[in-house]
Amino acid sequence: MTATQDEVSTGSTTEATGSTTEATGSTTGREIGRERRRKEDARLITGRTRWTDNIVLPGMLHMAMVRSPFAHAKITRIDTSEAKAATNVVAVFTGADLADEQGALPNAWPITPDQVAPAHPPMPADRVTFAGEIVAVIVARSAAEARDAAELVDVDYEELPAALDLKEAAEDKVLAHPELGTNKSALWVFDSAEAGTGGNVEEAIAAARTDGIVIEREFRQQRLIPAFMEPRSVVVDPTGEQITMWSATQIPHILRFLLAAVLGVPESKVRVIAPDVGGGFGGKLQTTPEEFLAMVIARRLGKPVKYTETRSESLMAGHHGRDQWQRLTLSATKEGVVTGFKVDLLADLGSYVSLIGGGVPVLGAFMFNAIYKFPAYHFQVQTVLTNKTWTDAYRGAGRPEATFGIERMMDELAAELGEDPIKVRERNWIKHEEFPFTTVAGLEYDSGNYEAATAQAMASFGYDELRAEQARRRDSGDRVQLGIGVSTFTEMCGLAPSRVLGSLDYGAGGWEHASVRMLPTGKVEVITGASAHGQGHETAFSQIVADRLGIAFEDVEVLHGDTAISHKGLDTYGSRSLVVGGEALVRAVDKVIEKAKPIAAHLMEASVDDLEFSGGRFTVRGTDQGLAIGEIALATFAAHNLPDGVEPSLDSDATYDPVNFNYPHGTHLCAVEIDTETGAIKMRKYTCVDDIGNVINPLIAAGQVHGGLVQGIAQALWEEAVYDDAGTLVSASFVDYLVPTSADTISFDVGHTTTPALTNTLGTKGVGEAGTIASTPAVVNAVVDALRPFGVTDIQMPCTPERVWKAIQGAGAASTEGAAAPHFSAETGMSGTADRTEGAGQ
Amino acid sequence: MTRIKLTVDGASVADDVEPRMLLVQYLREKLGKTGTVIGCDTSNCGACTVHVNGRSVKSCNMLAVQADGAEVTTIEGLAKDGELHPVQEAFRECHGLQCGFCTPGMIMRSVDLLQENPKPTEEEIRIGLEGNLCRCTGYHNIVRAVQHAAGGEVTA
Ligand code: FES
Ligand code: FES
Repeated sequence: MTATQDEVSTGSTTEATGSTTEATGSTTGREIGRERRRKEDARLITGRTRWTDNIVLPGMLHMAMVRSPFAHAKITRIDTSEAKAATNVVAVFTGADLADEQGALPNAWPITPDQVAPAHPPMPADRVTFAGEIVAVIVARSAAEARDAAELVDVDYEELPAALDLKEAAEDKVLAHPELGTNKSALWVFDSAEAGTGGNVEEAIAAARTDGIVIEREFRQQRLIPAFMEPRSVVVDPTGEQITMWSATQIPHILRFLLAAVLGVPESKVRVIAPDVGGGFGGKLQTTPEEFLAMVIARRLGKPVKYTETRSESLMAGHHGRDQWQRLTLSATKEGVVTGFKVDLLADLGSYVSLIGGGVPVLGAFMFNAIYKFPAYHFQVQTVLTNKTWTDAYRGAGRPEATFGIERMMDELAAELGEDPIKVRERNWIKHEEFPFTTVAGLEYDSGNYEAATAQAMASFGYDELRAEQARRRDSGDRVQLGIGVSTFTEMCGLAPSRVLGSLDYGAGGWEHASVRMLPTGKVEVITGASAHGQGHETAFSQIVADRLGIAFEDVEVLHGDTAISHKGLDTYGSRSLVVGGEALVRAVDKVIEKAKPIAAHLMEASVDDLEFSGGRFTVRGTDQGLAIGEIALATFAAHNLPDGVEPSLDSDATYDPVNFNYPHGTHLCAVEIDTETGAIKMRKYTCVDDIGNVINPLIAAGQVHGGLVQGIAQALWEEAVYDDAGTLVSASFVDYLVPTSADTISFDVGHTTTPALTNTLGTKGVGEAGTIASTPAVVNAVVDALRPFGVTDIQMPCTPERVWKAIQGAGAASTEGAAAPHFSAETGMSGTADRTEGAGQ
Repeated sequence: MTRIKLTVDGASVADDVEPRMLLVQYLREKLGKTGTVIGCDTSNCGACTVHVNGRSVKSCNMLAVQADGAEVTTIEGLAKDGELHPVQEAFRECHGLQCGFCTPGMIMRSVDLLQENPKPTEEEIRIGLEGNLCRCTGYHNIVRAVQHAAGGEVTA
């Protein structure tokens, strides 16, 4: 990788000393590894963009939604007469009007056979179960008129008690959906003793209680909102042979399949286009009520319709993320070798089981053991229905929650031992020479080098100097205390081997598709089933094809996001585009070369065995004869002189199903300054060294890390979806939901080590979620580290100045209560776990 | 309806608009200037930023009628004679955008920032862009892009 890096790197690069085995067939051409400026940018920086909301069609109508202000209520009457009579209003629909056509929104991942899930109509007829749920749709000639008329709809509600607090909901005190008889949706369990991947965790904990260390903690993963910058928007045109839907979605292919499956429209009659999409972060990995209603109403009226949400609708009704209570028990020897880890989660689904929402914590189940060698492990999650906005994937989906849990616990173990947190981690992590390594959760990690990434991060961060400064400030009782936070991480990304998904009862596979069209002029069109929304596929995939086919970067055009062009695909999420979609592309390109070979041999009157392909040319060994791949493409276009029985085409496609997940890793270090008199936190330095294997475009990879870091830091310090006692989302605008600004953040020190993945040809690993996963625990560990001398062992996220200040004031109480949020209740323990100890481990 | 006459990206235009129509709606819906986008309803995000008489303005925070007689420049009118504006070029060069949704506003704000302060420090850039939200880049490369456009030293 370093050899091909001919432009300025965004961080220092080291070859990891460990398992650096080159993956077979790895390309080392001139494009891969280059900091190519993005092709996408030409249109994005000049405003030549194609956002869904830009689309205008002849006769197009506009929809506006009437939404419930109540978290849980019976709809007793809806009077739409005034709205219907308003100027330029074409139609008004209620749930009752569409009851027979609208279907139910799908849950693609029922995590247990007995999962309890309410039916999810896009627009309920008689009862609303979260504030923001749609109760009526106005269709008018302009968006402004539709919104005006929405004000005229008169809805009578009979308020019902709402299940809002996650812990109380888990006790079925108030039912979110009374007809179900319980709020408990599914209990999903993994036990290493049962699975045969490790020992019995209860035995490990019991042994440590008599002769070792047991750390017990409870952590809150607050509710977050993806808050992509482009609000969701959908346009449906029912007037063509195929019904066309444009949607600001991450998943055009999955959406097409599910629209057809749920609404009973033949799939061949549906075309979905995701044009330019302004960010997603999991938030657009959904099949939404708005999309389904637009489809149903456009068909009903026979006219194109458009709906674009406002920001407050987006924050209130687009799915949320995270929202867990984590109860964790870690056992270790007196020397600090971990012997067992037990994870007991409550996860808030919100009011419905969304597309893959139930499965999000299950993705975390395989990651709580992280980079460590734990001999025994037990995981369970109880998913719970409440009367809040439904939850689903948000950047990292399950893996940030898991990484937070274990990385906070490793710091607590270090504090208990009075040791440096990096030393404790090193004692427990998988050594580079131990790969491939089968974990206690049953995954096989193919490669990694945690030592190298950590050593590089420590050097670049100035770890020892900062520790020395911290000691000085502590000794002098400085008003400003320094905290140093450590987090390592790995993640299972590149979703996913289809068989594994099948064994987890996920409703689809995890393959990806690519095709290559060789045009007669020597240009190449590449079609990918991955659907980009900011990741730079057009650039990175061009680099891969240019190298492998030996053609110019400029001669490659990457097409995506339209089911009429890309008929097959499983879209973009879970850091999968490059490691799964990129591999499919490599295989499609290799088929092109294979197809070209007999034609080249025929044209040069040589034997196939004497041909060599490199730099885009077939040459006959030992001669100066050669033909470029483009010339062969032209020859197939003319088709005048081809070998007998050979089809006149080089076009190829490939569908690739990964054999394993993909395991990037990294070490993140964060220094914060805390003003102990005000509780204000200032970030001083952030260093991360990620190992994402071979890098196609370092500029894009670093950008993914930067953005991920800020999202993760925002969870630690600023963001939370806050509800009031009535179940209304209080943080339903950018005034109250604190997406960080440029003034809140700092510049980052981003580096990487390179341990190629062994499970794909390019040796690449996923990068999209890396920054988000590691940064949250790094920051909270830094905050807690600064305050340990005050007796503080935890601060609940987001670590606001108020919580920090209160924790300092409550110093000596040695518990998390001092820092508790209003909805935190130490009394309401999670059920099923005995002898819980607050504060320091025993 | 009120009659307004103004110049947008160098072209003079005249329309009858509802008094309540926002400038951003006028640009997008009446003129088809969809390069300028809407990201919020509380004037927080800055995605809609354009120049009115040479200064950056959140176009969701101004009525179309208030722009009567003004000279408006949007992201679509920033490049001149096929040449990108140096700030546009800098965003591309420094990878200051990912999904690109915040980008029109970010670029228009940055141009104005550099007019006020041609050699800003990192701190001044960060404070100067505080009214524009980006969810993708973590701002790191946006700051680099502004430094680059200012002809400053750009480090990782
Ligand atoms: S649209 Fe958000 S500030 Fe104008
Ligand atoms: S680039 Fe996506 S919001 Fe800024």
